Amino acid sequence: MKRKIGALAVALLGAVALGACGGDDDGAAMLDELGEGEGAVNLVAWAGYVEDGSTDPNVDWVSDFEADTGCEVNVKIGNSSDEMVELMQSGEYDAVSASGDATLRLIAGGDVVPVNTDLIPNYADVFEGLKNKPWNSVDGKVYGVPHGRGANLLVYNTEAGAAPTSIVDMFSPDSPYAGKISVYDSPIYIADAAIYLMATQPELGITNPYALDQTQFDAAIAALETQKSVVGQYWALYTDQQAALEKGTVTLGTTWQVIVNLAKGNGAKIDSTLHSEGATGWSDTWMVSSKAKHPNCAYKWLNHIISPQANAGVAEWFGEAPSNSKSCALTADPNHCATFHADDEDYFSKVYYWTTPTAECLDGRDAECVPYSEWVNAWNKLRA
Amino acid sequence: MRALQRVGERLEQAPRVAESNRVIAGRGRPRPALALWGLLSAPLAWLLVVYVGSLALLIVSAFFSLDDFTSKPTTELTSANIVEAFTERAYLLLVARSIGVAVAATAICFALAMPTAFYIARLASRRTRRGFIVALTLPLWTGYLVKAFALRAVLEPGSEYGEGGFMKSLVGWSPGFGNVAVILTLAYLWFPYMLLPIYAGLERMPNSLLDASADLGAGSLRTFRLVMLPLLIPSIAAGSIFTFSLSLGDYITVKIVGGTAQLIGNIIERALLAPNQPLAAAFTLWPILIMVVYLTVMGRAGAFKNL
Repeated sequence: MKRKIGALAVALLGAVALGACGGDDDGAAMLDELGEGEGAVNLVAWAGYVEDGSTDPNVDWVSDFEADTGCEVNVKIGNSSDEMVELMQSGEYDAVSASGDATLRLIAGGDVVPVNTDLIPNYADVFEGLKNKPWNSVDGKVYGVPHGRGANLLVYNTEAGAAPTSIVDMFSPDSPYAGKISVYDSPIYIADAAIYLMATQPELGITNPYALDQTQFDAAIAALETQKSVVGQYWALYTDQQAALEKGTVTLGTTWQVIVNLAKGNGAKIDSTLHSEGATGWSDTWMVSSKAKHPNCAYKWLNHIISPQANAGVAEWFGEAPSNSKSCALTADPNHCATFHADDEDYFSKVYYWTTPTAECLDGRDAECVPYSEWVNAWNKLRA
Repeated sequence: MRALQRVGERLEQAPRVAESNRVIAGRGRPRPALALWGLLSAPLAWLLVVYVGSLALLIVSAFFSLDDFTSKPTTELTSANIVEAFTERAYLLLVARSIGVAVAATAICFALAMPTAFYIARLASRRTRRGFIVALTLPLWTGYLVKAFALRAVLEPGSEYGEGGFMKSLVGWSPGFGNVAVILTLAYLWFPYMLLPIYAGLERMPNSLLDASADLGAGSLRTFRLVMLPLLIPSIAAGSIFTFSLSLGDYITVKIVGGTAQLIGNIIERALLAPNQPLAAAFTLWPILIMVVYLTVMGRAGAFKNL
């Protein structure tokens, strides 16, 4: 009896090990021509990227798409880039709005395939400054369409005193907001600590918050350890931060404009600003899964989300710069593109887009940098 | 195997006892071995594949390494994850804290369940007893999340239910979100699991023993300490297995009322979502190990005697 169990267990393990080894092929190739829609499309997206009017009746760029294409949209909110990578590895989704710290991992992992931009007419109107960038293209192959870009903002309670201007208030042990500070709970937040150090400890010589050698990395972790004493909340779900802002249990935090919009809509007395030291941010890309079960609908969605009207809607709702140059004429606030610096490459040179840190330093210097897996481990330890 | 045979023999005897059943079934006595395998093969296969199989997979995958860039596990074997999970100071502290929280929740459950069960089983009239049992098991009918969020509303510092939150405005003190809130919530969630075994133990206890103790001159406290408590230890141990293991594995309560606090379950989830499946698997060895030790100790205390 016992031996039989053992034999079965070994057989079972063998089968799984084989499965694990054999799962590395590239899967489906790029689509050559667009066919009929499959009736549905499953998306992984950031909160606020796929709105069908259920959050706010006036915010809806999904219903029209569904009516026009017959593709029913199902969306799974990813709360961090790590979570999105994990979701896309499952192969259950057709497309994803990936930030720069997810795109290259997805490409390297074979989870996404190159996109045939000829099948996406609206791609022609995308700002040239967003095309063929290292985070959305590899070896000249385009792996997705640019969605838009923006910076992580500082949210503050307008009744808690004068508006903050500096990232120092987020980290200083004697911050006036001590105990009521809200921090994004993800390893990529270590880059925010690096930006804080760029301003306060220039002798460390950090030039790119994602290219940290061991000394710089240790200093960033030390800053985060110190920050712990003033943190009131680590938020992973955007709704958690929204609730805390509404209740006033946090009065300062790193945020996305969409959270500020939602909380303000519920009466929270808050506002947002960009801190003066330069900020982390994102430039997102819609990518198609290598295991997409609805590739035609996925392409139709990619074309739709960068169409002038939908892209204007999402840019305004999420609080970011649109990727389609024609969107700027269609935003409800005529100054939206100016406010969010849509074609201001100078401005975006001060925004450090989320990207995956690698052992080879991203700023090109001849040193050993700390790779992302170490960032994850360090963040886990910090939060343990 | 011998145990199985004994069950087989009993099955064999069963139709003889229940003659009427055989008439209904309309056929002769089935062959015992065949009947036994027919009865047990499905659950046995289920246990083997789902339970033992997945557990074995988990342990093996803890030795896999992770592709740095794609975050996918590779079958290249390494002990780095185990070393990380079992030697890093931050994680050792985390495990100690998790055990502490589980022990505290168990202790609170026990402290509340003991007198309650005693009252219901020994002092209450039959009618009130039934009412109490229903009332105390009723919370089991409510969803886990409903209860956790209910306590969140009670503990929340900045809630709309009074200055400083509901609890503070009511009793003048509130732990706010954190480990204390987690302990209170877990104790609240798992209380019935401690109460019911102790109640059953007290209910089963023969009156004659207590009478004998009283006749021999022992006061009620002494009777409790020397007669009742030793007899109750298997029940208490059984209850504590529920409360301890459920607390140790919990990570959702921590998310709801824990504030910035984290327990072992949260770190497992974190590693899984990172995604670092091998490291997550290495972390899960902690609760497995702790539970094996705990069950062994409780087994010695007689928790499984009445099974």
